[in-house]
Amino acid sequence: MKSAVKKFKGLSDKAIAWIFIAPTLILLLAINIYPLIYAIRMSFTNFYANKIGREVKFVGLKNYKKILGKEEIWEKMQITAHFVCWTLVLQALIGLGLALLLNKKFKGNELLTTLIVLPMMLSPAVVGVFWTYLYNPQVGLFNYVVNFFYDFGIFDMIGSSTLAPWSIVIVDTWMWTPFTMLICLAGLRSIPNYLYEAAEVDRASKWQQFIHITLPSVLPFLLLALLFRGIENFKMFDLVAELTSGGPGSATELASINLKREAFEKWKTGYSSAFAVILFVTIFGFGNVYVKVMNKIKDR
Amino acid sequence: MKKILSVFLVPVFALLFSLNAKSESLTLGWAAWDPANALQELSKEFTAETGVEMNFEFVPWPNFAERMLNELNNQGKTFDLLIGDSQWIGQGAEYGHYVKLNEFFDANGISMDDFNPATVYAYSTWPKGSPNYYALPAMGDALAWAYRKDWFDRPELQAEFKGKHGYDLGVPKTWDELYDMCTFFQGREIDGQVRYGAAINTERGSEGITMGVTAAMYAWGMQYENPDKAYDMDGYFNSDASVEAVEFYRKMYEDCAPPGHSDAYMVANLDAYKSGQVAFQMNWYAFWPGVSKEDSDGRVSGFFANPCQNVCAATLGGQGISVVKYSDKQDLALEYMKWFAKPDIQQKWWDLGGYSCHMDVLGSPDFVDSAVYAQGFLDSMGIVKDFWQEPTFVELMLPMQERIHDYVVNGKGSAKEALDKIIDDWTEVFEDDGKI
Repeated sequence: MKSAVKKFKGLSDKAIAWIFIAPTLILLLAINIYPLIYAIRMSFTNFYANKIGREVKFVGLKNYKKILGKEEIWEKMQITAHFVCWTLVLQALIGLGLALLLNKKFKGNELLTTLIVLPMMLSPAVVGVFWTYLYNPQVGLFNYVVNFFYDFGIFDMIGSSTLAPWSIVIVDTWMWTPFTMLICLAGLRSIPNYLYEAAEVDRASKWQQFIHITLPSVLPFLLLALLFRGIENFKMFDLVAELTSGGPGSATELASINLKREAFEKWKTGYSSAFAVILFVTIFGFGNVYVKVMNKIKDR
Repeated sequence: MKKILSVFLVPVFALLFSLNAKSESLTLGWAAWDPANALQELSKEFTAETGVEMNFEFVPWPNFAERMLNELNNQGKTFDLLIGDSQWIGQGAEYGHYVKLNEFFDANGISMDDFNPATVYAYSTWPKGSPNYYALPAMGDALAWAYRKDWFDRPELQAEFKGKHGYDLGVPKTWDELYDMCTFFQGREIDGQVRYGAAINTERGSEGITMGVTAAMYAWGMQYENPDKAYDMDGYFNSDASVEAVEFYRKMYEDCAPPGHSDAYMVANLDAYKSGQVAFQMNWYAFWPGVSKEDSDGRVSGFFANPCQNVCAATLGGQGISVVKYSDKQDLALEYMKWFAKPDIQQKWWDLGGYSCHMDVLGSPDFVDSAVYAQGFLDSMGIVKDFWQEPTFVELMLPMQERIHDYVVNGKGSAKEALDKIIDDWTEVFEDDGKI
């Protein structure tokens, strides 16, 4: 230990700090920053990664104009917005509800918690594949359960343009509500008991306790969970690609699925880099605004 | 000490020696399906003859194009030989992924006249029809149909069908007849189970629905472009006949497909058929040996070529075998190709379930009787038509997949709108590629 200390003799605290930070910084620059700058540079060109030897020309803002002026891109953005908004609303409500339930002490609480969190342990691609079977109109469990409660007859969740956008919302909610629930549960368990005791002394009803103690305390946790889920779902790819491939037609073609098709199937590298930059700026912008709002709520 | 050394060193040297003896190997890439297994079996003979070990990477169909084209675009050395789709030939030739084979063919007495002309045109040549060869026809294929012969043979069903439609229930000669028969079986209870009409291609992700809908469009006489003016598509690809064909395909999907058959291609069609859900399945000839094998007395399944409508035509499948330019073992790969081109090996290829394109095999007097689907295969190979084989074929395929799926499965817009939009998309691709 002494020899190790000796080795650092003569180095300032700042220098030692830099030595420790340097590996992470180098990795960050190599893996995140460099590709980002490279993608931004490519977004101003007509580069096709598969057209070897073709002259790469600087095209200015042409790719950006093309993307932003394309009606279909806005359709994909709408589909993405529908998916993100509904999954967040459902995961917030169900996740908070489950957390409140599991915060109570009852027999089998731990087993139930384990069972509920199982879906989020699975691979999204696997989930996508097995839900295609669950949604099968002839042998799928989903249709059977729905028809058990009300006889809708044969309906095709994945093949119908009206139902398909909801089919991906349902699967994502099934898979990721446990995540929201766990974070909310952590928030609920951090609320000191004396607050409720004091409220009871003041004859506050259960509803008043929920509105004035539980909700404000758990809200920062819930907002944090929704931030993570929002970013993830904005980029959602694997689950939807396996479940619907963006279909029927383009009914569930999220922005990220479209981006992958442009980048790695059509090989429009310059164009898709521009699209990736637009998506990045969008998510970064939304994320920043959201964090500011979240901090304000926390400060209250 | 010497003894100890010899105990350890002898096995090490023996191992190294044996590894060295087997060091020559080739890697062949193809799709994961029945013919690939047949080729693996056939190639054992090549290994026995030459000592060259054959390694295979078979990729499932939905990922096949993406995996292989990524490999080629990255100039990867994973594959020495590639059995690539017919549409890749333009890309393989123009971007320099495939080795040009003319000199090799000439030096080794391999003549393209020995192979079926339609397959040479489709799988080997670039520019199309020119004597520039980038592949050897390896696996002939076309989209065809299988039907439940055992249901068709039932007298009560035959009588009911004839009473309803005025002609016999049998192999449909036109798409109209196919539709009559599909709807006849749709929702019908046979042996206590509800059956459906036809498992047709509806897959969205790769090429499924395009391969399916073009089977109808070709039969209606669709042409991609003006025969006198390349890339002039308006009035040809979106002609009234093409529109009618696409509308017909949607009608087939709505009135004949089993519930949930909205994203189905080869395996899903096969499953729907094998499980007894449907009376018809649309699929590639490549699958018929498997279907036929399970029906040894030929009572359950029958096979037929794509029905005619305004004209007789079928969607081309199949592939040629190419040597990858980035391979370090091109000479060895060419040796394999030379071996594969031999007439006796081609006969064995057919016997094992591969679809040889060699004229010695196809022209043999025994060929037609060698399998129940052999005549259909011969008929189909005479009328095949293929999708664009341009280097940009993926960029051409994807909008067609989206637009057609949007119309047929999603029910969005009209057939004419879908075809017009496809022309717009294709025009953009060709403009970008400097073709127009």
